[in-house]
Amino acid sequence: MNIYLKLIWAYLKIGIFGFGGGYAMLSLVEHSVVDPGWITEMMFTDIVAISQMTPGPIGINSATYIGYVAPAHVDPSLASPVWGVLGSLLATMAVVLPSFFMVIYSSHFIRRHQQSGAIKAVFSGLRPVVVGLIASAAILLMNAPNFNPNGIDWQLAVNIIISAVAFCLVYFKLPWKGGKRSLHPILVIILAGIAGFIIYY
Amino acid sequence: MSGKKSMPEKSPANDLNPIDNPCGRGELLQLFLSFFKIGLFTFGGGWAMISIIEREIVDKFHWIERDEFLDLLAVAQSLPGILAVNIATAVGDRLHGMRGSAVATLGCILPSFLIILCIAIFLTPETIKNNRVLSAVFMGIRPAVVALIVAPVITSARAAKLTLTTVWIPLVVALAISSGQLFGIDLGFGSNPILFIILGAFGGWAFWRLGRRGLKH
Repeated sequence: MNIYLKLIWAYLKIGIFGFGGGYAMLSLVEHSVVDPGWITEMMFTDIVAISQMTPGPIGINSATYIGYVAPAHVDPSLASPVWGVLGSLLATMAVVLPSFFMVIYSSHFIRRHQQSGAIKAVFSGLRPVVVGLIASAAILLMNAPNFNPNGIDWQLAVNIIISAVAFCLVYFKLPWKGGKRSLHPILVIILAGIAGFIIYY
Repeated sequence: MSGKKSMPEKSPANDLNPIDNPCGRGELLQLFLSFFKIGLFTFGGGWAMISIIEREIVDKFHWIERDEFLDLLAVAQSLPGILAVNIATAVGDRLHGMRGSAVATLGCILPSFLIILCIAIFLTPETIKNNRVLSAVFMGIRPAVVALIVAPVITSARAAKLTLTTVWIPLVVALAISSGQLFGIDLGFGSNPILFIILGAFGGWAFWRLGRRGLKH
């Protein structure tokens, strides 16, 4: 099947089953885009980083980026901006359209079931699953391309330290100007990039 | 111009349909610009975006009362997809029907789309690989990205208030989906996230139905 049709199908599924926010959606993206080999694990991690650092929802940003990159990666003859833009357009539309029509046509249905408690019940079942989805996205990224691309032990050790420090910075709240707050993810990515430049350049 | 003259009564009706477009084109444009601005200046999406949408729609333009906004938010949250985009669709639909929802949704995603496109054209995977500075920078960024996704695992686990009867669910889901990487086992459809989303939704609903039946008898 044509890569563009595959992209549309994958992103329609992501749009239909994308519950639980951007991070939970990443596990769906990994499963339907990285597993079939449309982009490499390394590209996926880079795209997540860039999607975090640019404005807008991570789901839209990553769909646009993956839509651009995937056709050329699958078929080198499609390596031109025009084919990339087509992929971006299709992937982004496919991820948005299912919820677009659901919001318009099912709000009455949703309101009725919200009152009966059915929606709340569905989400009480979905919530623990979403935790598992985000965990799986994290586990799937803990791979050699991200932590040890060159197979060198000291680099693996340094990358584990970078990861641990980054975790502490975004998770734990530090005293800051009277209040307590954790570091913004974008700042953590920038710091990690600087660390990477100093260590690996 | 001659075509326009032959049917003069139709043109104003197209411009101002009193039922689904009470405020005219100016307000549609304003709706587009509002969401475009929100999409352009909000990093991270999700809740960061919701609070800014609320400020713009409720406090600044008074298009919707706060109660109604929260009601739309509840609907947007109950549906799959990207939360910020869902709320844009819902607000647009509430204000100007189908046209409004198309305009608001487009405004919300267009900045992301254009910015990412510009980056993607210049920053291809080959550029990162072949540029010594960029490849060093991204080697530092990649392990940090993993950490950025580990943090919400813990936050969401705490928010989900997992108990002894539910704590196995995320464990089974995470292990099954990543079974290929962790144990080298291919579970086929058993490692598909969609399977667990369907099971979770259905399970929550089934327990609720059983509980209700138990109360009745």
